[in-house]
Amino acid sequence: MQSQWRYWKPYISPFDPCPPQEVKRYVVPVNQYVVFQAPGLPQYSPFKALKRGTLWPSLYSPYDGRGDQGVGEVCE
Amino acid sequence: MWIYEKKLQYPVRVSKCDPRMAKFLIEQYGGADGELAAALRYLNQRYSIPDRVIGLLTDIGTEEFAHLEMIATMVYKLTKDATPEQMKEAGLGDHYANHDKALFYHNASGVPWTAAYIQAKGDPIADLYEDIAAEEKARATYQWLIDMTDDVDLQDGLKFLREREIIHSIRFREAVEILKEERDRKKIF
Repeated sequence: MQSQWRYWKPYISPFDPCPPQEVKRYVVPVNQYVVFQAPGLPQYSPFKALKRGTLWPSLYSPYDGRGDQGVGEVCE
Repeated sequence: MWIYEKKLQYPVRVSKCDPRMAKFLIEQYGGADGELAAALRYLNQRYSIPDRVIGLLTDIGTEEFAHLEMIATMVYKLTKDATPEQMKEAGLGDHYANHDKALFYHNASGVPWTAAYIQAKGDPIADLYEDIAAEEKARATYQWLIDMTDDVDLQDGLKFLREREIIHSIRFREAVEILKEERDRKKIF
């Protein structure tokens, strides 16, 4: 499964007042690739489906933070 | 910065003396899905959106101001020669009491424009979907405005504006596709 994260590098000015965040990231949730959900897709077990909020692995879009919450560090 | 051309994007002709129509047209001036909201929404979102779509927001946001001028021209033409009595008859008595014949950023019901009409979520997908929705709502508003007049010249200007909403919508949807692409992947780590 491809990553749901996209990255881009914003313009950084030599006159910026703060240390730059060189890479910005954003999520493209998996729903963006499903126009109309096909029948018969693989399914999670009922327990896992309840835990994850969807029955289908192909629609699962986990979000564990963007990674820029810390002090001056973008983690991955 | 902007360079101003002292002409309208598309000619505005109003042939029927119908001040009441001005009351309805003002919806696209200071309403939730109007041109002011559109311009401010896009020009504000550009700062935090990925750089590949900044130019699109600049271009469309700028064009929305050109549309704002067209709506303003329509409203002005319909009201500039009305007497206070005619303003009252046209349902514009409330407006006249507060603004004389000055235009103001409020909707057809007189509710003043508010920044609560627009959003900037920071999430590029969420922001572009907001923009797509705004274009479709503006297109619908133009349809209802076209339905409310039989002035073919006024309709002509409104039909141009409606078509532009359709084009903006497809451009925003193309922008979503651009942001879905996996280019510019972070390679290190």
